[in-house]
Amino acid sequence: MATPIKVNRIGLEPQIYKGGKTTLCAGCGHNAISERIIDAFYEMGVDPRQVIKLSGIGCSSKSPAYFLGGSHGFNAVHGRMPSVGTGAMLANKKLIAIGVSGDGDTGAIGIGQFVHLMRRNLPIIYIIEDNGCYGLTKGQFSPTADLGSKLKTGVVNDLPPIDTCALAVELGATFVARSFSGDKKQLLSLLKAALAHRGTVMLDVISPCVTFNDHEGSTKSYAYVKDHDDPLEEVSFVPFFEDISVDYEPGTTQEVRMHDGSKLYLKKLEEDYDPTDRIAALKRLHETARRGEFATGLIYIEPDRDDFLEQLNLIDEPLATLPLERVRPGREALEEIMESLR
Amino acid sequence: MSPTDLAVQEQQEAARRQRVVNDFSIQVATVNGSGSQTANLVLLRSILLMGVPVSGKNMFPSNIAGLPTWYTIRASKRGYVGRKKEVDFLVAMNAETAKEDVLTLDPGAAVVYDAPLKLDALRTDLTFYPVPFDKLVGPVCPDAKLRRLVRNMIYDGILAKLLGIDMTLMEKALGKQLGKKGKAVALNQGALKAGWDYAEANFTKQDPYVIEPMSETRGKILIEGNTAAAIGCMMAGVTVVAWYPITPSSSLCESLITYMKKYRVDKETGKATFAIVQAEDEIASLGMVIGASWAGARSMTATAGPGISLMGEFAGLGYYAEAPAVIFDVQRVGPSTGLPTRTAQGDLLQTAFLSHGDTKHIMIFPSSVEECYTMSQEAFDLAEQFQTPVFVMMDLDLGMNNWMSDGFTYPDKPINRGKVLTDEVLKRIGEWGRYKDVDGDGIPYRTIPGDGMPAYFARGSGHNAKGQYSERPDDYVENMDRLARKFETARQHVPKPVIQHNPKAKIGFIAFGTSHYATEESRDQLREETKVETSYFRLRGYPFNDELAAFIDAHDRLYVIEQNRDAQLLQLMKLELTTDRIAKLRSVLHYNGLPIDARSITDDVLSQEGYEVAKKTASRMSAGTAGGE
Repeated sequence: MATPIKVNRIGLEPQIYKGGKTTLCAGCGHNAISERIIDAFYEMGVDPRQVIKLSGIGCSSKSPAYFLGGSHGFNAVHGRMPSVGTGAMLANKKLIAIGVSGDGDTGAIGIGQFVHLMRRNLPIIYIIEDNGCYGLTKGQFSPTADLGSKLKTGVVNDLPPIDTCALAVELGATFVARSFSGDKKQLLSLLKAALAHRGTVMLDVISPCVTFNDHEGSTKSYAYVKDHDDPLEEVSFVPFFEDISVDYEPGTTQEVRMHDGSKLYLKKLEEDYDPTDRIAALKRLHETARRGEFATGLIYIEPDRDDFLEQLNLIDEPLATLPLERVRPGREALEEIMESLR
Repeated sequence: MSPTDLAVQEQQEAARRQRVVNDFSIQVATVNGSGSQTANLVLLRSILLMGVPVSGKNMFPSNIAGLPTWYTIRASKRGYVGRKKEVDFLVAMNAETAKEDVLTLDPGAAVVYDAPLKLDALRTDLTFYPVPFDKLVGPVCPDAKLRRLVRNMIYDGILAKLLGIDMTLMEKALGKQLGKKGKAVALNQGALKAGWDYAEANFTKQDPYVIEPMSETRGKILIEGNTAAAIGCMMAGVTVVAWYPITPSSSLCESLITYMKKYRVDKETGKATFAIVQAEDEIASLGMVIGASWAGARSMTATAGPGISLMGEFAGLGYYAEAPAVIFDVQRVGPSTGLPTRTAQGDLLQTAFLSHGDTKHIMIFPSSVEECYTMSQEAFDLAEQFQTPVFVMMDLDLGMNNWMSDGFTYPDKPINRGKVLTDEVLKRIGEWGRYKDVDGDGIPYRTIPGDGMPAYFARGSGHNAKGQYSERPDDYVENMDRLARKFETARQHVPKPVIQHNPKAKIGFIAFGTSHYATEESRDQLREETKVETSYFRLRGYPFNDELAAFIDAHDRLYVIEQNRDAQLLQLMKLELTTDRIAKLRSVLHYNGLPIDARSITDDVLSQEGYEVAKKTASRMSAGTAGGE
């Protein structure tokens, strides 16, 4: 007798959530992120046919081809994925958008669109696969490279890095988190929480480049990141469809109720940290950076702010499929306009 | 006002006997930001209400207030609405330009001017009507702060009296312009009357120009091309609009916002059936449009030349990923701050091939406000039918000036959403591939995210017919050839030319967009003044239809008339035509920032045809507004 096939809550097998075979380097952090995305979408029971995958240009931006093969995808131009994602979500508000960018794609050529995406609070999960260098053009520094970080060739970075998380908090993003491609548990919890969030999720994932930026002297190598990872809390996510209650000692864990009813449990570590406090979030980011460390986990969350589509007061149905009679005003409308011009 | 020269007096006597009825141009020279636009539009509309064909052109600086601006109104019983090079009647309100404005008039012109400017000392061959505007405005406008704005309405009253425009119609036009602003209407009516009364008490008509009632404008509307295009977009069922403010296109999206808020909000829920987003730049605008159309929405943006430049990469992505997009290019002069408020047709070459790596785009060319309305609807159909960006090439003259037109007719056709994969189609074609040419026309079937049909990964880079990433040379060539085939199919679907074939003509004119009006008028001038017969091919779409070659073959010499320096349309034609056809092509070029006029075309053509042409002074405004930023 065949073993029963494993399916998720909408009856789909894990296989459905996989994508094409990766063409990235063996050991690339991006592949681990793709795997977590597959796990999160499977476990949350997201219908892949409702998902759109978006990306810019670079190694990271190739990765949407390697997960959710049954979803539509759009590999946009360098740094401009936010606008394509914005347009698509305007067209069909029922879609679930996941965008994958890189540190160069976001921090350099795409910084303008990134800034305005954060301001708008468009419903999208925006992931930066952050390795501090341009992999696809063979290892030049990117704007997230730390001061003093060294290239393989010995060149030292002497410009201050852009902290995409601090920038996102500053600009009004409503879900800002940082993780490490090597931290399976934290990344998976954050991705699942991302799917439950309404509005923009900005998730910066440190994802070492094994080919160009994994050496001694680099601050984005596996070894360096493992040693300097400073988790803010222990993140557990309980989706709305799972009836699980979590017991915890009062004062040890913060519970965040998300817009769809899911819950985030943030178990406090050595320091008290409140991710709903924007100023505290910025302070903490600056402090950790000064120590040369990475604050990981949920940095900031504002679960109930209206997203961009709500602000635009869009009709409930997707704009894309409204029938002609609902998008072409009647003869009397045109006549009224003509009369006003006579 | 009191010319001493006897010859001039005789000339004016003669002029009075030969009245010039409904065939002259009025130019109002003011300072921008002084509220003159209201007075000018009231004058324009009152002539329209008199039943006389009329057009208005605003020559304004890139500035909010304080720089010279000119508004030209042309009354033409024959219906000519292109710019008239000569000014017959000047209203000189701007001290800064008055002297030059007067010195460049042709003999016999009339001048209404602000009395302190003492312009009558400058010339003896003109008719002068000095008006003490400041003295007149005080009694009708007690509020000193408003006087600057109301003052201009006085010249409307003066002109009504001098030209014979019915005051009740002028008041009607004023009501139309100001709508429900009761206080403003009353103030301006007082100013109108003050002008009329002053003219009646102080002036004897000495110039030949008069407006007499006609019945040529019944039912006509007055509308800017940008507004007309906006109405077209709404009727086409546009749902997603992304834009970035830029002169001269901004008013297209702004009037669209106004109309959509009024007519496209769902009555039951009070929610919008559209999304309009002011993006962070033109790159993001087109990105949003492409994202939206990929996800199935009818989407558009409007911009001008600098925006087109920025959109280059996305335009190429739209071409290769095969995403529809409607892009309005309301053309203007130059990059950066270079004459952003002046008209041109200078974006053809950059738009035709916008982006890198073998791209070709569909362009359509409306000439009239009515075509702005109909062609914006056609643009959406073409974009979805061909799954590619479509550029609607307007210009500032068309987009921002008021044009008279018949009322627009309600669209009688459903919209064409192009080839979208359905279960039925899938059954018919068997296996689906996103970029597979099933029908031999180069146009594949697409699926739309969320529609439950097979997914694909859209990208600009190499892909095979199934939409899979591929760097294989044969896959690449196959795709490129199919895209070329698709463009060939488009040749027969873009708007056809409008051809006026004259069997007696050896000369053919080829023009597009707003050059149309000057071209038509020039053909009349050539026939009536020099007995030169011409045919006329008004181009309306790119890629060129087959009719172009046939038209060239039927004539000995072809004059391609365009408003740019580099003969951009002619260059495009050269890329496709055979050498014997190319040898027949000549250029008529106009690129001084002002709308092209008939006399310039006529003189240029005659000179190229070997006639002696008296060289007139350069267009008077070419030296205008120097020094302003």
